[in-house]
Amino acid sequence: MIPAAFDYQRADSKEQVISLLKEHGDDAKILAGGHSLIPLMKYRLAAPGILVDVGRIEELSYVREEGDYLAIGALTRHREIETNELVLANSGLLAAATKQVGDPQVRHRGTIGGALAHGDPASDIPSAALALRASFIIEGPSGEREVGADDFFTGFLETALEPEELLTEIRVPKLPNSKWSFQKFNRRAQDWAIVGASVLIADNQCGVGLVNMDFKPIRAASLEEAIENGASAEEASQLAADGLEPPSDLNASTEYRSHLARVLTKRGLQESGK
Amino acid sequence: MTINDTEVSADVEPRTLLVHFIREQASLKGTNIGCDSSSCGACTVHLNGESVKSCTVLAVQADEQEVTTIEGLADGETLHPMQEAFRDCHALQCGYCTPGMVMAAISLLDEIPKPTELEVREGLEGNLCRCTGYHNIVKAVLQASGSES
Ligand SMILES: Cc1cc2nc3c(=O)[nH]c(=O)nc-3n(C[C@H](O)[C@H](O)[C@H](O)COP(=O)(O)OP(=O)(O)OC[C@H]3O[C@@H](n4cnc5c(N)ncnc54)[C@H](O)[C@@H]3O)c2cc1C
Ligand code: FES
Ligand code: FES
Repeated sequence: MIPAAFDYQRADSKEQVISLLKEHGDDAKILAGGHSLIPLMKYRLAAPGILVDVGRIEELSYVREEGDYLAIGALTRHREIETNELVLANSGLLAAATKQVGDPQVRHRGTIGGALAHGDPASDIPSAALALRASFIIEGPSGEREVGADDFFTGFLETALEPEELLTEIRVPKLPNSKWSFQKFNRRAQDWAIVGASVLIADNQCGVGLVNMDFKPIRAASLEEAIENGASAEEASQLAADGLEPPSDLNASTEYRSHLARVLTKRGLQESGK
Repeated sequence: MTINDTEVSADVEPRTLLVHFIREQASLKGTNIGCDSSSCGACTVHLNGESVKSCTVLAVQADEQEVTTIEGLADGETLHPMQEAFRDCHALQCGYCTPGMVMAAISLLDEIPKPTELEVREGLEGNLCRCTGYHNIVKAVLQASGSES
């Protein structure tokens, strides 16, 4: 399978990316690791006119400590995140979710920014970003803005990113003393999750992000509230699918996904000391 | 780009996949195409020393980078220790998955020099074999790492 023909430009800096995006508008797509975009283009589900390759912009690949949060460059690859000391010490949940992505070859190429900007409800990384209350730094022709995880994911494969904008950094609160658990249910080792859950307990705060439980990456808000109000894992997990519309497909029906969400969040909460 | 320490250059369409570049432009046919959809790992090569699925990388993304394929492992008649271990342990039957499996296994040992059996199994989860049942492949990788005979 070969993608439809396209033009290709490699960008060396953020400024160059933004000016190329401005010049080509909707016709352009950013290429980071390519591990969501290239498969889509091979199946011809996407056929951008021009790819702007950001894969070699070194200044966007880093993990740094900044006060009470970790600043992670959008082009940091999955493999770096799952092994990075700062991430392991301050945000174990993010490292654990990242380690479950595909297989080593995929993690050598895929980037955190690409996984988030893709906005796929089936992806593991957004669930961790939601549970951790991460925020996103976006740069475009009119400057820089910061968007919280809840406002970033807007629809199926849709995010708050405008066509001319670049995701540059992910900010993850440092929570070295939190308890957490990443639960992923699938049938074969390298598969995507049928349902997954990122669970985080930090002091009295509870964060639960779900995989494949709605048309977009989403938090289990009713469950979180119940835990914060003192409910047990058993009681709170009953609310895991509250108000959500999980998809029905060959792997699982809507009802079965709701069941899995209850089981996985219960396990996750128990592993996190609830 | 450099493939197995040899400079290879060509003008290609941006949509050319790295695996096609390797097989057609560089005429190295050891790297196989299995699923062509990022699942089976038969097309695994090293890009700057790390395993990648070359059916999911554009040739232009590897421009000016270093690629190693299965042909680049042996030193003349002397096989790479991983190839030697695969032979010793009968870790192949039809051999279709083998080039990708060997490349993935070498990258795994670069990252975890003394893996446990579980780490080998997890580290090779991106590579499918339809013949061996994996048992002898895992044995070969452990042998090559010196973790177990
Ligand atoms: C075989 C296989 C198995 C996988 N399994 C899993 C899995 O189990 N769980 C999981 O979560 N993921 C999985 N993935 C997806 C993987 O995590 C991808 O790496 C990731 O989703 C996309 O990251 P990327 O850097 O490759 O992005 P790309 O494919 O390059 O880009 C994805 C999209 O985001 C846009 N984009 C990328 N970077 C930016 C940026 N900085 N700013 C703005 N827009 C941007 C692109 O334009 C494109 O639309 C799998 C992929 C493969 C091929
Ligand atoms: S041919 Fe590339 S993963 Fe199967
Ligand atoms: S030996 Fe035949 S596919 Fe692995």
